[in-house]
Amino acid sequence: MIPKGLLYTKDHEWTKIEGDTATIGITDHAQNQLGELTFVELPDIGKEVKQKGELAVVESSKAASDVYSPVAGKVTEVNSQLASRPEIINDDCYGAGWICKIQITDKGSIENLIDASEYEIYLKGL
Amino acid sequence: MPFIANTVQQQKQMLEEIGLTMEKLFSDIPKNLRSGSLNLPDGLPEQEVRNVLADLADKNSINLTLFLGGGFYDHFIPAAVYSIISRSEFYTAYTPYQPEVSQGTLQAIYEYQSSICRLTDMEVANASIYDGGTAMYEAMMMALRITGRNKVIIDNSVNPIYRVMIESYTRNLKIEHVLTRCETGLVDRDQILGKLDNETAAVILQNPNFFGCVDDFSDIAEAAHKKGALLIVSCYPVSLGILKTPGSMGADIVTGEGQSLGMPMSFGGPYLGFMATRMQHVRKMPGRIIGTTKDRNGKDCFVMTLQAREQHIRREKATSNICSNEALCAMTALVYLSLLGKEGLRETAQLCADKASYAFNRLTGIGGVKPYFKAKWFFNEFVLDLPKDAADVIGKLIEKGFAAGFPLSRYYPDMKNCILVCVTEKRTKQQIGMFAEALESVL
Repeated sequence: MIPKGLLYTKDHEWTKIEGDTATIGITDHAQNQLGELTFVELPDIGKEVKQKGELAVVESSKAASDVYSPVAGKVTEVNSQLASRPEIINDDCYGAGWICKIQITDKGSIENLIDASEYEIYLKGL
Repeated sequence: MPFIANTVQQQKQMLEEIGLTMEKLFSDIPKNLRSGSLNLPDGLPEQEVRNVLADLADKNSINLTLFLGGGFYDHFIPAAVYSIISRSEFYTAYTPYQPEVSQGTLQAIYEYQSSICRLTDMEVANASIYDGGTAMYEAMMMALRITGRNKVIIDNSVNPIYRVMIESYTRNLKIEHVLTRCETGLVDRDQILGKLDNETAAVILQNPNFFGCVDDFSDIAEAAHKKGALLIVSCYPVSLGILKTPGSMGADIVTGEGQSLGMPMSFGGPYLGFMATRMQHVRKMPGRIIGTTKDRNGKDCFVMTLQAREQHIRREKATSNICSNEALCAMTALVYLSLLGKEGLRETAQLCADKASYAFNRLTGIGGVKPYFKAKWFFNEFVLDLPKDAADVIGKLIEKGFAAGFPLSRYYPDMKNCILVCVTEKRTKQQIGMFAEALESVL
């Protein structure tokens, strides 16, 4: 089930755009591929990232993967619950398992993202 | 390991395939580091080759009385160390490829990690890396990852061999190295604090330092932390039997050369790099870590943990290219420490310090021989200022059966007459007396 209303990347991040703020997480496909998460390395608040820049690291017992930023901007908030309970991402990746919020500095970067139906087609082609 | 000969023809074929000449293939290795020819005539019988090589080997002076340290130390090794580590169950150079079926090896590494933590007063240690210099380089890279900064301050009282290694490892990386100079034997606080800023990732120090002097870096740890920088301390494990631990000074990463823990001195090793840090940094630490868990029957067992940071999974994003450890050397250190025990290690360290102190007084009683530094406290090494060129004096003492020490001018050009003398628990009062007489006779 891929929620409508969110935007996606081909690296399996999702983002929800509300005004200047982008909430960011990883998709169900991503959490499923990783398996049970054991650690999330959250970005520092204030960190500036480019689109596709390294934002966070999600680690399971079999892999550690970078989470790339879907948009360009500055980190304003992180989901600090993930520090002690990374498995929230497995349980609810589109909701309580969000990773961080970014204040978007380059609105143009949103145009490179794909919507739910495009992401679904992309997943089927994998 | 099988010996696979290749013919001149095959070599030529292989080189043609990759489009190189032999010279080009080895062009990255400086000429002075390549092995020279042994000048053996063609077609010599094996027995004669052995004789020629044995004659060459005999040119080494192997029965000298050692007053030579400088990072590697001549400690007594109980025979039980070899007996235990030579058991075939333990005799492996690396972490096994199917680690979890080798529970005994994992338990030994786990215990090794625990002993390094207790020795250094740190919270977590890795399963070991190549040697003291590599450990320091890896600690520096770890500090860069933790802080996201790229400036490091390193004092010139840190083992110069380690500094050369760091330079070589980082030549193509954008890292700003700031070298501070140790003038009195203790690191110069003004210089270090003056260079410490919000761009600094780490301050790298050594205790006892390369000149043997003993310091307490608590104040530097505090100052570094205020700027968001880390303190990396390299230490000599045997000295921790009596000295203040780097952990209690507030160090963030502790490294060192583990050779003194039961390994003989030998050209090029194999040696043992140890590395420990605080739990908060464990995911940034390179190398393997063995942890404990419960198996499906609820029994305690040992596993490799945090592997997701390693090269076989993270590829170029790995914390390091190190994907194994110095298993047999780590085992040696563990067995040595276990045989000595807490009291034994303390006694060994105390004996080293006492004998060095005796030797210092005896040697500085010789006319013209003076202590070089103002700093009073040393562990088992000290710098003497001789009335003559140190390298010449050392050469003459080799003829008299002594490895007198390390000629400091090799790395510190203005210390031409300085010699770094080391005394371990193995040296007797009589040997120290004979050494003093020999030194006096060549001055």
